[in-house]
Amino acid sequence: MAAHRCSWWSWLLILFSLSVFVVADIHETTPVNDHHGGVDHNAQTAEQTADQPAVEERRWEATEVKEAATVDAAADIQGTSAPETVVPSSVPQPKDDFQEELVIRPLHSGDIYASFQFRTLWDTDFMRENKVSHYRLFPKSLGQVISKFSVRELHISFTQGYWRTMQWGQPFIPSPPGAELWVWFQDSVTDVDATWKELTNVLSGIFCASLNFIDSTNTVQPSASFKPLGIGNVTDHSFVRYATLPREIVCTENLTPWKKLLPCGSKAGLAVLLKSEKLFHSSFHSQAVHIRSVCQDWQCKTTSWELRQTLNSVFDLHNSGQTKREWSLFKMFSRTLTEACPLASSSKLYIDITDNPQGEQFELSPATSLLSQAVVLGDRRTFSVYDLTQETTFGSVRSLNLLIRWKSNEGEMLRPLLHAERYVAGYGLQTGEIHTLMYNNHPYRSFPVLLLDSVPWYLRLYIHTLSVTSKGKDNKPSYIHYEPSKDRVKPHLLEMLIQLPPNSVTEVTVQFERALLKWTEYPPDPNHGFYVGSSVISSLVPSTVAMHTNSTQERPLFSSFFPCKEESSYFVRIYTEPLLVNLPTPDFSMPYNVICLTCTVVAVGYGSLYNLLTRSFQIEEPNPGLAKRIANVIRRMRGVPPL
Amino acid sequence: MAAPLTLLLIVAVTIRAALFRSSLAELIAERVEVVSPITAWKRVVEGLALLDLGVSPYSGDVFHETPLIIYMFHFLVDYAEITFMVSLNTKRHFEAFFSLGALHFTGCSFLLGSILKFFYLLLKLSMASYLLNPFTILSCVAKSTCGLNNAVLALFFLSTIKGNVLLSAIFLCLATYQSIYPITLCAPAMLYFMQRVCISNGTVFSRSSLSVPDLTPNIGLFWYFFAEMFEHFRLFFLCVFQINVFFYTIPLSIKLKEHPVFLIFMQLAVISIFKSYPTVGDVALYLAFLPVWSHLHRCEQAHTWFWLTSFLLHKVFVFSMTRLFNFYLA
Repeated sequence: MAAHRCSWWSWLLILFSLSVFVVADIHETTPVNDHHGGVDHNAQTAEQTADQPAVEERRWEATEVKEAATVDAAADIQGTSAPETVVPSSVPQPKDDFQEELVIRPLHSGDIYASFQFRTLWDTDFMRENKVSHYRLFPKSLGQVISKFSVRELHISFTQGYWRTMQWGQPFIPSPPGAELWVWFQDSVTDVDATWKELTNVLSGIFCASLNFIDSTNTVQPSASFKPLGIGNVTDHSFVRYATLPREIVCTENLTPWKKLLPCGSKAGLAVLLKSEKLFHSSFHSQAVHIRSVCQDWQCKTTSWELRQTLNSVFDLHNSGQTKREWSLFKMFSRTLTEACPLASSSKLYIDITDNPQGEQFELSPATSLLSQAVVLGDRRTFSVYDLTQETTFGSVRSLNLLIRWKSNEGEMLRPLLHAERYVAGYGLQTGEIHTLMYNNHPYRSFPVLLLDSVPWYLRLYIHTLSVTSKGKDNKPSYIHYEPSKDRVKPHLLEMLIQLPPNSVTEVTVQFERALLKWTEYPPDPNHGFYVGSSVISSLVPSTVAMHTNSTQERPLFSSFFPCKEESSYFVRIYTEPLLVNLPTPDFSMPYNVICLTCTVVAVGYGSLYNLLTRSFQIEEPNPGLAKRIANVIRRMRGVPPL
Repeated sequence: MAAPLTLLLIVAVTIRAALFRSSLAELIAERVEVVSPITAWKRVVEGLALLDLGVSPYSGDVFHETPLIIYMFHFLVDYAEITFMVSLNTKRHFEAFFSLGALHFTGCSFLLGSILKFFYLLLKLSMASYLLNPFTILSCVAKSTCGLNNAVLALFFLSTIKGNVLLSAIFLCLATYQSIYPITLCAPAMLYFMQRVCISNGTVFSRSSLSVPDLTPNIGLFWYFFAEMFEHFRLFFLCVFQINVFFYTIPLSIKLKEHPVFLIFMQLAVISIFKSYPTVGDVALYLAFLPVWSHLHRCEQAHTWFWLTSFLLHKVFVFSMTRLFNFYLA
């Protein structure tokens, strides 16, 4: 009895000491969190309202509890099983953070533009020797991809439709039709091409897309157009690869794995709106994943990995069968918002009301008092903000169905400063010309643009016919990088730096010749045509307001995607239309006939020559008939000459 | 004697100059019967432009000419038309001597009587057949480098007939440098020189156009065949077709060892029929030599040879024309 009581006391002692260790660990990590929360609070500008700090502190506590719970559970497991690794409570837990936002921008044509951004920041090092194994908000599949393939930056997008810049303005995140993938590898990679091939196949599996069609015939190494968007000052462009598949179709199969990468999945937060039946019923739809390293503070002493998942879509007014101009969340997505993602540190809904300062154009309901201003795309825009982490946003019905009702139809859209078009000219199936038009709509400023063209090898470009003209005069590019194609190995790559004069149209033309492919290289529908990927035009466009160059400042996600190095201009990337060209096709029903005819000609030629070479003529007596032979015999006997 | 020849030359040059200046020049330069991916002028200009950009012209697959052509045209690109006319002139000049040599070797005795008059007749005929041949006119106006090839071949013939071993070897090398097929002309040249108690020597540069990578339509036998061929059998049929060019050298040499000049002609015919990327320029080359043997109408055996080549050529032409129409209209 006493022994039993003694053992019971000893177990209690052990448990007590364990809990003391755990609490001590929490106290170690708590100061770090508080410090971070404090820094955020200090850096906040007038954009945030007064009740935010209290919410934030409450939020930090929630994450602490979770962390403690997980550490506790881990410690318990460690206690029971034989530990071969160090107990995680002794290593400081990497901090990760998740933010989500939705920006809704009504367009002048009556359509509406919705842009979702989900960002996960994680302070960890994928490149170290010990593999990272404890994933929380960051998706494990992407983390493993980064560490296995030594990726410095990864940008992948799937787009259905073409962004109409003249009608819709500039998008927050541009993307070309089809699939686009560009990756910067770390310097430690020895065979970049083999790594690229493996990476495309792995991503093809993760996103259920046919990215395995990316091979050396549609991959290029841009020398200047695709510099890293995160940190890293790289000059060696042998570590970057860019490929595009203009023919790729986006469907529900691509959306589902994309949604699975989110921490809350599609069950809570803004991702509940992403239902495929309404989302794919739009004029433009693009989903993308961007992974890069960013600085955590202004001096850039520490870096963290940032994963941004973006989804842009434009809903057509007439396509959705509406009579009056009125949009609501339910009309767009057939869902309403009920709660924010519990794992998100911030969950906001922004409505662009810059063109509606006094509410004379359209009215929002439910009304909100939160306003925010942001400098994005070279302009200062005003937004109404709905904070989904607040209970009051959802009202008494516990759901937010935003309604935008138009009152008047006036207003002109500001013309975008940079705009581009591309088309194929010429007739017949032998030759053609690619024309690229670039419009600079600024009244008095000129700016340089980098044009990147990647043309497949079966359209043979003749670079001596390249001509660049602005306002009718020749405009020589200051930098041309041209890599000619090799048949069936690599495509043409043409990169040029062109200065666009103010208020002008610049036309770039180049002639090409269409090649005949081998019979087995034609797809099953050869008369559909062959796609040529979009041209990429990257430029620093002069802005009307001063841009923020401090990327570590707390800003809405949509304004912090492209880094800003100087205040007077902002970075813009435009994609032109993809081209569809017909190649000459042979008669596919002819192989047997062709082989027979050719072999016949060769055989006849050979046979005749052989005959001529080897035939020798001998004189032969004609064979006389029977009667004549008998007569000859008789005549011989008589001694008379034969017949 | 010289007057009709000069007149002929002036007429030929005038026709070409007129066509150069007209809008037909571009149209002709685009026709696949006249230019091939190996000989097109557009590709020479493209190679020069790539050189200006600092990119090697051979890093892409557009340019298939030899570096010699690049160096030559680097300086002569503005005078391209004149270059082609000069090469034409050279060709004509040496045609004349070639016909003389051929005559010397045919050995048909009944001609010896009126040899001088006949010589000039032959000269006029062969010159006319080359200069006024629509194929040569088209080839020259299209600025196909085939004309330059033909000029080098003509120089080779001239030096062979004159008995100059070194020059003959040099020109044969140059011709083989352009495309590998003239290597087969080594055999008849050797025979010729052996009969003059001399031995010639030649070196070989290799070219990569043997594997038919470019499937642009042309008037040869190959392109449609390889356009419709399965990958599995491609190598086999490639070997078969290429062997056809080189294979006839030895039997022809054995059969025609007394007539090396005629052997050269036959070999030329074989090359232009079975070559990977033939154009009308190649055809024009040996059609020009046909009048040299017009006196052989009375010699039956050679008659057979003559009709054989024309029959084969006709067949090839008709066949390829039908295929071209099938391709363009289908």
